[in-house]
Amino acid sequence: MTTLQTVFAKAKADNRAALVGYLPAGFPSKDGAIAAATALVEAGCDVIEIGLPYSDPLMDGPTIQDAVHRSLLNGTRIADVMRTVEGVAATGAATLVMTYWNPIDRYGAERFARELADAGGAGTITPDLTPEESEPWRAASAAAGIDTVFLVAPSSTEARIKAVVDCCTGFVYAASLMGVTGARETVNVAAEDLVKRTRAHTDLPVCVGLGVGTGAQASHVAAYADGVIVGSAFIRRILDAPDEAAGYASIAELAREMAQGVRSRA
Amino acid sequence: MAHEGSILTAADLAGNGVHGDDPDVRGKFGIFGGRYVPEALIPALDEVASVYATAKNDVEFLREFDHLLRTYAGRPTTLTEVPRFAEQAGGARIVLKREDLTHTGAHKINNVLGQALLTKRLGKKRVIAETGAGQHGVATATAAALLGLECVIYMGAVDCERQALNVARMKLLGAKVVPVTNGSQTLKDAINEAFRDWVTNVDSTHYLFGTVAGPHPFPEIVRDFARIIGVEARRQMLELTGALPTAVCAAVGGGSNAIGIFHAFIGDEGVQLHGYEAAGRGLDSGEHALTLTAGSVGVLHGSRTYVLQDDEGQTIDSHSISAGLDYPGVGPEHAWLKDSGRATYHGITDDQAMAAFSLLARTEGIIPAIESSHALAGALELGRELGPEATILVNLSGRGDKDMGTAMKYFNL
Repeated sequence: MTTLQTVFAKAKADNRAALVGYLPAGFPSKDGAIAAATALVEAGCDVIEIGLPYSDPLMDGPTIQDAVHRSLLNGTRIADVMRTVEGVAATGAATLVMTYWNPIDRYGAERFARELADAGGAGTITPDLTPEESEPWRAASAAAGIDTVFLVAPSSTEARIKAVVDCCTGFVYAASLMGVTGARETVNVAAEDLVKRTRAHTDLPVCVGLGVGTGAQASHVAAYADGVIVGSAFIRRILDAPDEAAGYASIAELAREMAQGVRSRA
Repeated sequence: MAHEGSILTAADLAGNGVHGDDPDVRGKFGIFGGRYVPEALIPALDEVASVYATAKNDVEFLREFDHLLRTYAGRPTTLTEVPRFAEQAGGARIVLKREDLTHTGAHKINNVLGQALLTKRLGKKRVIAETGAGQHGVATATAAALLGLECVIYMGAVDCERQALNVARMKLLGAKVVPVTNGSQTLKDAINEAFRDWVTNVDSTHYLFGTVAGPHPFPEIVRDFARIIGVEARRQMLELTGALPTAVCAAVGGGSNAIGIFHAFIGDEGVQLHGYEAAGRGLDSGEHALTLTAGSVGVLHGSRTYVLQDDEGQTIDSHSISAGLDYPGVGPEHAWLKDSGRATYHGITDDQAMAAFSLLARTEGIIPAIESSHALAGALELGRELGPEATILVNLSGRGDKDMGTAMKYFNL
C-alpha cells in the first residue's frame, strides 16, 4: 500500500503539489470506476478518493449528486466500494474513501476500518463528521492503521481549525469556498488565506478542494497548497462522453493537464 | 403566557428549571442529537445558538414574540371538547388543542415567528426553509412578508403537486418556491437542498428550520418556540376539567407539534404521552414513515436519531398520504423520549387517518389536516383501551383546507 506520507514526501521532494482525483464507486459502472480511476493514475494522479455513494449527499453539487444517484441505481454496496479500493490501490496510488458518516456508522466503525485497510486503502475523508463526534472513528482508524482526513472551511475560526487539524492524519482538506462540490470559473481567493491559517496549526500537508476544474487553476492552487483535489470536473467529462471509453480518454486528458499544472506552480 | 395580558416568560419559552432535559453543550439528548454537518456550517450553528441563548432570557425579545403570538398568530388557541367524535372512543373524553385556528392554519407559525425574530437579531436579510405539506413554507413566507425578509422555500416536486394550493399561497406571499427534483422528491430532499443553499449563502441567510430535527441547536430552538402549545393546553385542561389529562396525543413526522404539546407535560409523570407516526400502507407493505416504531439508530440531516435506513445506512424512502409526516427521520428528543420510555410511539395507516379525518368533519364540523388526523385516529384507539374514565388531549396541529385535493381523490368527492 502506498501511504499518504510517501506521496506527499515525494511531491515535496519534486517541488510540486500532489494531484488528488475523486470518483464515486459504481460510476459509470462497478468495473468502470476502477478503469476510470486507473486512467487518472496513469495520467498523473497521485492520490485517488473513491466516493461511497450515499442517498443524501447534502454537501455535493448537481454533478456528483447525479453520478452518485447513478451508482446507487447500479446497486453499489460497500463490498463494491472495497473492491474498487483494492483495484485502484493495486495501481500504486494512495487510495482513500470519501464518505458521509452514516454508512460507516451503520456498517460498524471497526469493521469498516479493518476492511478498508485489508483492501489496501490509505484512509478516509469524512465531510460531515465533526471533531466532537469523531472519536470512535479516529480510534477505529488508528487501530487499523489508516489515516483520517477532515475538512476546514473559509468560515472556520482559529479554534475550529485547531480542533479539526488535531483530528487529522495524512493531510488536511481545505474547502476553498462556502458551498457544495462542483467546478467553478475561478478558485476562491479565500482558499489561499485558509491554507495559510491552517498551516499555523499543523505541519500536515494541506490540500485544496472544491471548484478546481482546469490545469491553470491547478497550477494556481499548487503555488500555495500541498495538494490539489479535483472531482466534479472529471465526473462531468464522463457524464458528457458518448461512451465509457471516450469518457476515460477525456478524463485522462484533463488529468494530464492538471498534472502539468501541479508541476508548474503559478 | 402565564396569565391573560401578561407577557410570555423565559420559563414558558424554554421551561428553564422545570425539568432537567435540555440537551448538553454538544446538543445531545442522551446518545441522540449532536452535529453531523460540514465544518463550514459550524460557525453559523454556533452563532444561532449564541444569539438564541441571549434572546431567550431577554425581556425585549420575549415581549416581541409574545406580541406577535397574541396579535398576529391568534394565541392563545382554544380547547374544544368533541363528544360526538368521542362516541367512537370507548366513552373517553376527547379534547382538542386548536392549533388549526392559528393564522396560516397550523402550529408551524409559532416556531416561524420566533425564528424570524431571531433572524433579525442575527442581522440576516434572507431566510430559506424546507417544507413537506407546505405549512412550514407558508408560515415562513408569511413571517418573511411581515418582517420584510427575502424568502426561498425548497419543496419536493412530488409535494408541490399534492399540495399545490400551498405553493400558490407561498408565491402570493412573495416567496420563491424551488421544486426539488432529486432523490424521492419529498421533504428529505428539500432539506438536503436547503442545506446546500445555506452552506453557500450562510453570510446573508438564516435557515429557518421547520422541525425539531437537524443539527444542534435546531431541535432545542424549534421545541422552545413550539412549547407554548403545551404550556397553554396544560393550564386550559386544568381550567376545563380540574385535572391534568390522562394522555396527550400528537402526530409525529419530524416531531415539532408533538414536542410542542408534550414538553410541558414531561414532568407530570401520571400523564401518558403518545406519538403517532404514519404507517402509510402498513408496516408490512414497506411503504410507511414508521421511523421510531420500525427504524434504527443512525444519522440523518445532521443529527443522530432513529432513521429509516437499509443495512448499509442508505436512507429508505418513506411513504404517507400526508406530506407532513412523509419523512424518514425524526427529532432526536423523540428518540430519547422513546428510549427512556417517557413517551410511546405508534403507527396509524393512511386508511385509519382518513377515516378519522372524515369522522371529525361529520361529527364536529372541523376539517383537520391529514397529519393531525393520525393523532385523532390514535386517540380513538387509545380511548377504547383506556376506557370511560380517561381524558385525552389531542393536538389538532393544523386544518385540512390544504388537503382537499387528496380528500377529493380518496373519497371520490
